[in-house]
Amino acid sequence: MAALLEVKDLRTQFQTRNGLVHAVNGISFDLAEGETLGIVGESGCGKTVSALSLMRLIPEPPGKIVGGQAIFQGKDLLRMSPEEIRRVRGAQIGMAFQDPMTSLNPVLTIGRQLTEALELHKGMSRQEARHRAAELLSIVGIPQPTERLSDYPHQFSGGMRQRVMIAMALSCMPQLLIADEPTTALDVTIQAQIVDLVKRLRDEIGMAIIWITHDLGIVAGLAKRVIVMYAGFIIEEAPVKELYAEPRHPYTLGLLGSLLRPDETEHRRLVSIEGLPPDLLGLPRGCPFVPRCVYAVARCWEENPALVAVSQGHKKACWVDAPQGRLQ
Amino acid sequence: MNTDNVVLKVVDLKKHFPVKQGIIMREVGSVKAVDGISFDIRRGETMGLVGESGCGKSTTGRVILQLQRATAGQVFFTGADGETAEMTVLKGEPLRRMRRKMQMIFQDPYASLDPRMTVRDIIGEPLIIHGVVRGKAVEERVEELLKVVGLNPLFANRYPHEFSGGQRQRIGIARAFALNPELILCDEPISALDVSIQAQVVNLLEDLQARFNLTYLFIAHDLSMVRHISDRVAVMYLGVIVELASRNDLYKSPLHPYTQALLSAVPVPDPVVEVNRQRIILQGDVPSPINPPSGCRFHTRCAIAQGICKEKRPEWRDATTGGGHWVACHLVP
Repeated sequence: MAALLEVKDLRTQFQTRNGLVHAVNGISFDLAEGETLGIVGESGCGKTVSALSLMRLIPEPPGKIVGGQAIFQGKDLLRMSPEEIRRVRGAQIGMAFQDPMTSLNPVLTIGRQLTEALELHKGMSRQEARHRAAELLSIVGIPQPTERLSDYPHQFSGGMRQRVMIAMALSCMPQLLIADEPTTALDVTIQAQIVDLVKRLRDEIGMAIIWITHDLGIVAGLAKRVIVMYAGFIIEEAPVKELYAEPRHPYTLGLLGSLLRPDETEHRRLVSIEGLPPDLLGLPRGCPFVPRCVYAVARCWEENPALVAVSQGHKKACWVDAPQGRLQ
Repeated sequence: MNTDNVVLKVVDLKKHFPVKQGIIMREVGSVKAVDGISFDIRRGETMGLVGESGCGKSTTGRVILQLQRATAGQVFFTGADGETAEMTVLKGEPLRRMRRKMQMIFQDPYASLDPRMTVRDIIGEPLIIHGVVRGKAVEERVEELLKVVGLNPLFANRYPHEFSGGQRQRIGIARAFALNPELILCDEPISALDVSIQAQVVNLLEDLQARFNLTYLFIAHDLSMVRHISDRVAVMYLGVIVELASRNDLYKSPLHPYTQALLSAVPVPDPVVEVNRQRIILQGDVPSPINPPSGCRFHTRCAIAQGICKEKRPEWRDATTGGGHWVACHLVP
């Protein structure tokens, strides 16, 4: 399959009062048409900043995309004029964010927020757009869609607002959906409804998805390939089954070991990753994970390992053969 | 059931919050946050209380501790000395004395610690209020507590903002432990923390329980976490407990349709399992607790609901006759 999106060496930094924060430090990945990619990591690992950078939504200042490329259908998103990127955002790339209360405009009706993109990107008339908006609400499972178009966001529950967000993201049938923790604020039964909906829509319109989350459970059932981020670096990338069955980076190993399963029968002691995530002021000399790593050797403190292939489609950034505890 | 070992007994507990409206703030209804729940917790066990947002699980915790007074029902607490007190009628000094034996760990380690107090003051405060130790001894006890929860005793002079989320939660735990309580209520103690830090805090809670023979009421929405830490689990929906059983019974053979849907909604972090998993997708949202549905509260979203479910509130009963698997559903044999 042809690559829909190719990200090369993306770097984003923020100027703060305490110094320069290195949020994303040269990440590269690609995404095929119709593919679902999961990006996982803990808070502050740079997963959200990566997504915002691709969409050119980094507030500047304090933020700045300092390098890299993001080739989407032959054109570099990072070098488009503001006018060009606006035509891509919402039309070819849809976005759904974590918090539907802050990403919906509280003083516009749901109907207006949905029709705006349709009129702008698809050149529909008011009437056509309204008709389509009602259709979209019914696709995402909102009862009485035509009546609800004139409601405001506060009149919707959390789960329903998230559905509206997804309806907006999908309104122009994008080739790519970027979803940043879209279910994190929701209860599990509502989360299941949303994930089910996204899967159905994905199969119907064949769009690619980048699903950003800290929840390794959701990714297991949704993504085909997974990227694990730590301190602004990609530290492992693998097909989903392989990542869970044979994680190769010590951080991924720890993360999967600390994970609880609803189907666990024997009580076991959780593996915990000791220590804290690094602050991102200044780049580390060695591997960013080394202060918390149980496999660390001298070289890890000196040189930051590059992301290299360990098998077909499986890459890791680590000097050590972690499961065996040997230097490679 | 062995009733000798019961630490906490909750009988038909209710908490309704009035809804007021208009200029004279007339009472127009009430939010039935907790609407008639009963359960026991035995000494040394961990009881998990799960449910989705708004189901009343946190209110249950607060009413048990008498941070909010119950609208109806009783809460009995039996201390290690064998003395039983009816918490719901106690007031003033006797209530304060009993409170030493039950402490709480809160969800948000950013909001639950006073930013203007040092760690020493935060952990030492309950010791001073209850007059347990004085002067120099407070300092020694604070240092000891910091060591117990895995923090450097030299941190005693620092302020909460100097710590990470996981470390703050350890401070909250140290404070809860300061008075040597017998029962600890953990209200979503790890949901604000990152996965790798969650494991650290859960391991700490388990170690402390084993070391000090503590009883936990563990309130959470994370079903995997509750399965891991609990001996028995109660599932709440819209102010009532719909099912209560030992951990393995509940997760392996859930009886109530809501429990079944809830469990099937939790993603399993294993792609091989997830591929073939069948989900029960509930329709719609949780109804308002101001006018909860008649009869069984779940009937509006239940796939197998029948006429009786709409009319009659299901009885709270042991479905296994003595096996301790309690459920409130008309359709469970």
